[in-house]
Amino acid sequence: MSAIRNLRNASSRTALPRAIAAAVVLSLLAGCMMFAKAPENLDYSRTRRSESGLYRGTILPQGDSISQGRLQRWTLHLETANGAPVDSATVWVDGGMPQHGHGLPTRPRVTRALGNGDHLVEGMKFNMGGWWVVKFRVNATPGSDSLVFNVKL
Amino acid sequence: MLRMLSLGIVATTVITAAAAQTYQLTGPHWTREQREMLRSLSLASLGPVPADPSNRYADDTAAARLGQRLFFDTRFSGNGKVSCATCHDPNRDFQDGTPLAHGAGTTSRRTMAVAGTAYGPWLFWDGRADSQWAQALGPLESAVEHDGDRTQYAHIIAAHYRSDYEAVFGRLPKLEGLPEHAGPVADSTRAAAWRRISASGQDDITRVYANIGKAIAAYERGIGFTPSRFDRYVESELTGRTHTAADALSPDEEAGLRLFIGKANCSTCHNGPLFTDNHFHNTAVPASADVAGIDSGRAVGVRQAVTSEFNCTSRYSDAKPEDCDELRFAVTEGEELVRAYKTPSLRGVAERAPYMHAGQLATLTDVVAHYNRAPAAPFGHSELRPLKLSDAERRQIEAFLRTLSSPLVVPAGTTP
Repeated sequence: MSAIRNLRNASSRTALPRAIAAAVVLSLLAGCMMFAKAPENLDYSRTRRSESGLYRGTILPQGDSISQGRLQRWTLHLETANGAPVDSATVWVDGGMPQHGHGLPTRPRVTRALGNGDHLVEGMKFNMGGWWVVKFRVNATPGSDSLVFNVKL
Repeated sequence: MLRMLSLGIVATTVITAAAAQTYQLTGPHWTREQREMLRSLSLASLGPVPADPSNRYADDTAAARLGQRLFFDTRFSGNGKVSCATCHDPNRDFQDGTPLAHGAGTTSRRTMAVAGTAYGPWLFWDGRADSQWAQALGPLESAVEHDGDRTQYAHIIAAHYRSDYEAVFGRLPKLEGLPEHAGPVADSTRAAAWRRISASGQDDITRVYANIGKAIAAYERGIGFTPSRFDRYVESELTGRTHTAADALSPDEEAGLRLFIGKANCSTCHNGPLFTDNHFHNTAVPASADVAGIDSGRAVGVRQAVTSEFNCTSRYSDAKPEDCDELRFAVTEGEELVRAYKTPSLRGVAERAPYMHAGQLATLTDVVAHYNRAPAAPFGHSELRPLKLSDAERRQIEAFLRTLSSPLVVPAGTTP
């Protein structure tokens, strides 16, 4: 998508070839991902530190287990690195299957803050068995950062 | 000498038979993970039919009986010759065995099977309907399928089904003065007649129309699967029972099952007891030479579902907004939707040639060869990659697929 945006925004004579090159690289990467094996020793823990260390997040699937083929609600608990609950956050949900090169089958969203750092995530669904990645991009007072969870079904 | 040779043959036969018996007793040594996969694919893992909050009559037996009669009634068509059963033939697992469906005209898609569809969140190859009742209403107004219209159908209900309809849905609205034919259909005369009806009149008629769909859905909801030889095999394997002729798989069928859940990756999408992930995939199926125009699959279907007059959040649905999460959280854009089609159930697949969304592949052999070859998609991005299966392995997968056939369950007292 970013390659497509680059193409649309290309205004100079050099921007277009660069964007095409970027698109080719992206498509090659996607092709490689299709053939990639799941990395060994993946961390499947439900509490993870965000990529830049600004937040700590915990996922709590409704019913505790993560099921295949059914819509599910999760609670995402967010706190700062110091353990203070984060309530006023904007959160985007993304994810997919890196080995297959596709995204989530649904478009889950954080629909409301529940207080004490808890956020309701609705629309979670996994239609296949295997390794999934769920990414929460968090924007709150400490800054923007991403929480990445590995899920195995 | 000859006697010794005979004795040798007899001994070899006895030893071979004993080995076969031992093999039957122990099975082909599935791992714990494979046994869990077998369990997940077994019909025994299929729970009860999930509730349909959008259809409050879904489990009403009187609605199902009415729906069955409507399903087989050819008066519900423009030419008086087409019923739901014209394409969804109960003698052929509720499908028609032709590449493209033939009603009043010819459609651009293969008729889908009905059994088990109550379990799926999306109906049609492109998922443009989000319930069985919404699905049933599409063909009724299609110019190439039933080619009828809403006032025509309401008049038929009033003339032939009034008491049964009113027993389930309450009083019919007054139909006096309404045109014999009117509806939001392609035909300009009937569409113009529809526009001349007041908004409240249109609403009354449309509610009757939606109820026709809900009755048909109540009937279809009871159409399901019985255990196949594969299911009996799994039950026998998991309980450690000795296989009998009724629940054994041949070595080729067993090898095909092993490939299905392993090297061939079939169970990636064909998962769960209905062998479908209920999702949409671009699997590089070639365009049909018999279909004009571009078919973008789910990319268009999801937009139709979201804007449908009869979706889960519509005024004709009985659901609360929070019951409509599949629709609320549907992916509505992105390259993955382009030329993606619903993963069909594989139960009974050997009885349902030809295959794919427009019947492009004539046989199961062709289908397995297609997935093995993994050609480029006509457009969009294919999820396939070559499987490098040998000829023998392809035959084994096909042999396994043939073990998934079984008679259907049809609601008691509702056969034609």
